[in-house]
Amino acid sequence: MAQVEVSKKVEPGLRGEGGEKKKFVTIYYMGKKYRVPAGLTVLKALEWAGYRFIRGVGCRGGFCGACAMAYRLPGEYKLRTGLACQTVVVDGMYIAVFPYLAVTKPRYNIEELKPEAGVVLKIFPEVSRCIECNACTKACPQGLEVMDAIQEILRGNLEKAADMVFDCLSCGLCSIRCPAEIRHAWVFQLVRRLYGKYIAPKAKHVEERVKEIEEGKYDEELDRLVELARKDIEALKKMYMERDIEK
Amino acid sequence: MVFGYPPELREKIRIVEETREERLKQVMKRLSLEERDQLVRKYHPDYRSDTKRPVRIGANRGEIIYNEVVDLLEAWPAENPDDVDLTQIDYDVDLLIIGGGGAAAAAALWAIYSGVDPSNILIATKLRFGDANTVKAQGGIQAADRPNDSPARHFLDTFGGGHFANRPELVKALVRDAPFIIKWLEDLGVMFDKTGEGEMIENAGGGASRKRLHAARDYTGLEIMRVMRDEVWNYGVHIVEFQPAIELLTDPETGAVSGAILWNLETHEYRIARAKVTILATGGFGRLHLAGFPTTNHYGATADGVVMAYRVGAYLRDMDSAQFHPTGVAWPEAILGELITEKCRGLGAHLVNVEGKRFIRELEPRDVVASAIIRECSEGRGIITPTGKCGVWLDLPLIDIINGPGTIKRYLPAMYRQFKRQGIDITREPVLTYPTLHYQNGGVAIDPWTHVLNKEEEWIHGLLAAGEVTGGVHGKNRLMGNSLLDITVFGRRAGITAAKIIKETTTKPKLSLKHVEKYMAELEKLGVPRTRRAPRILPDYRGKHVVIRSLFIPY
Repeated sequence: MAQVEVSKKVEPGLRGEGGEKKKFVTIYYMGKKYRVPAGLTVLKALEWAGYRFIRGVGCRGGFCGACAMAYRLPGEYKLRTGLACQTVVVDGMYIAVFPYLAVTKPRYNIEELKPEAGVVLKIFPEVSRCIECNACTKACPQGLEVMDAIQEILRGNLEKAADMVFDCLSCGLCSIRCPAEIRHAWVFQLVRRLYGKYIAPKAKHVEERVKEIEEGKYDEELDRLVELARKDIEALKKMYMERDIEK
Repeated sequence: MVFGYPPELREKIRIVEETREERLKQVMKRLSLEERDQLVRKYHPDYRSDTKRPVRIGANRGEIIYNEVVDLLEAWPAENPDDVDLTQIDYDVDLLIIGGGGAAAAAALWAIYSGVDPSNILIATKLRFGDANTVKAQGGIQAADRPNDSPARHFLDTFGGGHFANRPELVKALVRDAPFIIKWLEDLGVMFDKTGEGEMIENAGGGASRKRLHAARDYTGLEIMRVMRDEVWNYGVHIVEFQPAIELLTDPETGAVSGAILWNLETHEYRIARAKVTILATGGFGRLHLAGFPTTNHYGATADGVVMAYRVGAYLRDMDSAQFHPTGVAWPEAILGELITEKCRGLGAHLVNVEGKRFIRELEPRDVVASAIIRECSEGRGIITPTGKCGVWLDLPLIDIINGPGTIKRYLPAMYRQFKRQGIDITREPVLTYPTLHYQNGGVAIDPWTHVLNKEEEWIHGLLAAGEVTGGVHGKNRLMGNSLLDITVFGRRAGITAAKIIKETTTKPKLSLKHVEKYMAELEKLGVPRTRRAPRILPDYRGKHVVIRSLFIPY
């Protein structure tokens, strides 16, 4: 395929600058073959190939979990999983990006719950069906110990579980691999909230400051600053430059 | 496949390693306001003459705004008003929230707390609920809650960082509500980084004179968003995803905003939403790629809220300034423009040029640091990347050296992962960085209770706005940690204000596109080409080789 000039409309990152010779790789998107520049993520490569996405794209930076995908590398039997915005194209890879994963979330009132494993199991009874196959862990694009976290919940250690799955992006890849039908992302969401709300010690200094503010302790000082901002910017600038900075 | 640093860069990394010990002893001087000003004026894209022009229509007529935004303001509506049937109302609610990020979630929750029935709220969003810049905010959220700190100090930092152009009463609301917001989020179950006794671990941030950044590792925004979202879901609020608003509706008699036209991105069907109050929480403009910069923003950040508000007469503030985050990824290409959180510099990482020298106090406000990096590159002291771009080093291994081994993996897991996936280990290797388009400093003018204002500072009835779509809170430059605070403080205030208005409103508003017809008459006079349409829903990154050969064939 001939080298093609890329328009201004293309995300600036894709413009070939410095006259470097673009290298190309071949990928198969839903079975269709495309030659795309090497070094791009799957998401950017598919866009370059002419796709405009509505589903299967979100933050584009590895935070939202919208671009869960499955792929196969040449010569491998393994079905790999990843995020399309974080995975770089490999020559010969077969790709499918998931538009949606039907992992529904039950409703609950956090105020009425206790931070206990029993509460989690009552809302998500399927957690007890875990057969420790570890398919979830293998599917996790964040590299989390998903199955171990489920086991920690079953052992009643919500604190440990919350810590282990803090980096979860709720992409849902573990759930579609899970033979026990566990909705991991929402189980973990509940566990983290129970930990954050009920188990983690409260920040007393924040509570004290809130009280001081409600009592009006800072109002006079703030009103004076607002007044200066309106009428005497030079005085405010002076205060700004003279303030000390914590090392 | 490119994986990790090529030999020519490894060579240059050696200089960074050799100068580390010496640099650690060095104290960088604070710049005076004059020095900051000189640096920014010379190198920041805000001061380039080719990036902006006066807008010829609407409340800001004659004022200078970034070109890419003017293109959308001087544009025809996406829909033809004659094609839209306003008599069939598909959603008839008390409160319509447009947008699906943190400000939208906070507004929904506080409207509910203030008495609005959850079944009378509609959230309409372009992508999924939670697909927003909020989840990409890494470093933290500011609040002055330590004994050596005060809301007044937070005010001063924010105001100075914003070049004294902020709206003072908005800054007061921001800093005064901040500790309360942290408490609220803690009570919802947000897992902030804390000591064993529950004390918040608070970090330094650029332009902040005290350590007041509350973080949840480097997934702070994600953690705050998902907890608020979980709560909104628990209340059973009606959320329609992949169905953005494309135009506001107004009452033909009063001019008050009375709802919006929503558009199903997949079926292309439009739907009419009527509401007593509409809250704009549509976020910023990163995906417009101002001045050709890459961006840290999510896929839907296209300034659509600004465009819709402008057509009903909203005044825009500070749209001549944009925030370029100093440390975007300059290489590898796969993650170009993505964010390297300021928390890295807060934890001690140095910015280093090709000679192995520091060139700026790393915790100056963002526009100052970004300008300094651009200066190094334009004066030949940058590092040329394998793809021909320029960057400087961010010496990340210093973080573990200063704070102890394991700090990076524990407190910067997203950063560690982002580079590890590209074959770079940030506990051992520095990374290449260059400014990236990050934040819409300005936007729709609001008062402290989020009423949208026209040029005369009067309320545009029926319309509230919160978050990145608004202007005035951050002046001409936002400080780190003040955006997560902005969306929660003003999202909350919008929800409370909406509830108040809903209580006072007994009649259902009428629907029209009268304001659009008026706007179109002006466009006609200006001779704006009919092909230029707005709002833009999503960016188009298709390769040109495909676009030039595409045919539209009805099938």
